[in-house]
Amino acid sequence: MEKDQINSHFKVLIIGGSAGSLSVLMQVLPQLTAIKSFAIVIVVHRKSTDEQTLEKLIDLKSVVKLRQVEDKVRLLPGFIYVAPSNYHLLFEKNHKLSLDTSEKVNYSRPSIDVSFESAAEVYKNLLIGILLSGSNADGTNGLKAIQKEGGTIVVQNPETADMPFMPNNAIQNMTPDYVLNIPEIIQFICTIGN
Amino acid sequence: MIEDIELETLINEVYEYYGFDFGSYSRASLKRRVNRIYQLDGFSHFEQFLSKVRYDPEYFRHMVDEITVNVTEMFRDPSFYKVIRNQILPLLDAKPFIRLWHAGCSTGEEVYSMAILLKEAGLLHKSLIYATDINVKVLETAKKGIFPLRMMKEYSENYRDSGGKEDFSNYYTANYGIAKFNEDLAQKMVFSQHNLVSDTSFNEFDVIFCRNVLIYFDNDLQKRAINLFDDSLALLGFLALGTKETIKYSVSPGKYKQLDREKIWRKIR
Repeated sequence: MEKDQINSHFKVLIIGGSAGSLSVLMQVLPQLTAIKSFAIVIVVHRKSTDEQTLEKLIDLKSVVKLRQVEDKVRLLPGFIYVAPSNYHLLFEKNHKLSLDTSEKVNYSRPSIDVSFESAAEVYKNLLIGILLSGSNADGTNGLKAIQKEGGTIVVQNPETADMPFMPNNAIQNMTPDYVLNIPEIIQFICTIGN
Repeated sequence: MIEDIELETLINEVYEYYGFDFGSYSRASLKRRVNRIYQLDGFSHFEQFLSKVRYDPEYFRHMVDEITVNVTEMFRDPSFYKVIRNQILPLLDAKPFIRLWHAGCSTGEEVYSMAILLKEAGLLHKSLIYATDINVKVLETAKKGIFPLRMMKEYSENYRDSGGKEDFSNYYTANYGIAKFNEDLAQKMVFSQHNLVSDTSFNEFDVIFCRNVLIYFDNDLQKRAINLFDDSLALLGFLALGTKETIKYSVSPGKYKQLDREKIWRKIR
């Protein structure tokens, strides 16, 4: 019981992105060594029929282990989780992940807003949200929700983004804690465990 | 936005007043759905919403229709249908009569997909497809076989990717933004309301489909639903779930055999 309580107090890093975010992930993820004290959840827009390409790529590039997302898998520190294509990814209070096939949000399923808002409700100030490159407004409302619940929010510097619309839209609608270029994002993630 | 405690109050009241039990639904998704209708219908006070649900049965039904997820596609996950077409249907060929059940069929897109596969395999004439859902409104749509015309491009691609060789547009008539599927496909379909939470087994089937329904349930209810399917499945019958769902935690090992990596299990004992 006591162990459960300790385990349930881990941080969660949730990363959202769309067009142009894959190259950022491929620069960032290989730089991470074992993450012990937090979990990474990646929500990126992808083709509805893309079954495993992204997961395979991340698994190949990162020393941090990837856990396949299936319905009701437990979120654990030390692993990377990727929102599957054609589902929204939600967070349960008992630290399990849920999937949902309801309507697209911001023309997207998975939607970044949906996952960010759901994670914010559960992880509150233990949640860190990063929004990367993209050409759609998804993510802004989600970042607002994370901020409202006391979490930390980071936006990729739009000048360094292949598609600056998504990070720009966030910056215009709120004040992020950090606006970072790619090397700074890597540094920032490396400090989360401290 | 409603609070967690308000959601629990709503669940309790709905159970008390109407006997519908949402207590075992996954909270993250249920809360989103309830918040969605709460906002769509312009409520600003939870008490007001609660008393509307409580005293207006019509509104209650509307709420149930709206909080249950009714998004579905034809030939969703083409590779799944390819396995049905190439591996499952040939095994059913020898049977004099084939019974299928789509549990949680929503507006019926997957039911019509299956009817098309059965027809192409020359099995539709000896099949009976039961299609059930908790939501009566979606069953009305499913019966009509009318889907948005704008979806047909995607569906015909899915159909082709699933191994379909015909001209997909032969299966429907296009008219003013809708696609009406041919009536011969619906001839072997039986639609009825069925609640996986509270209703029991009603027949024995050779194939049961329940795709992307269990994701809305907690682990206990998932287990109960899978047991209900087990009770309703003939020996050597097949159970097909969504691509991210499993029976692993719900049935005793060795009772079912999974087909390759698909979410299709065969009851072997």
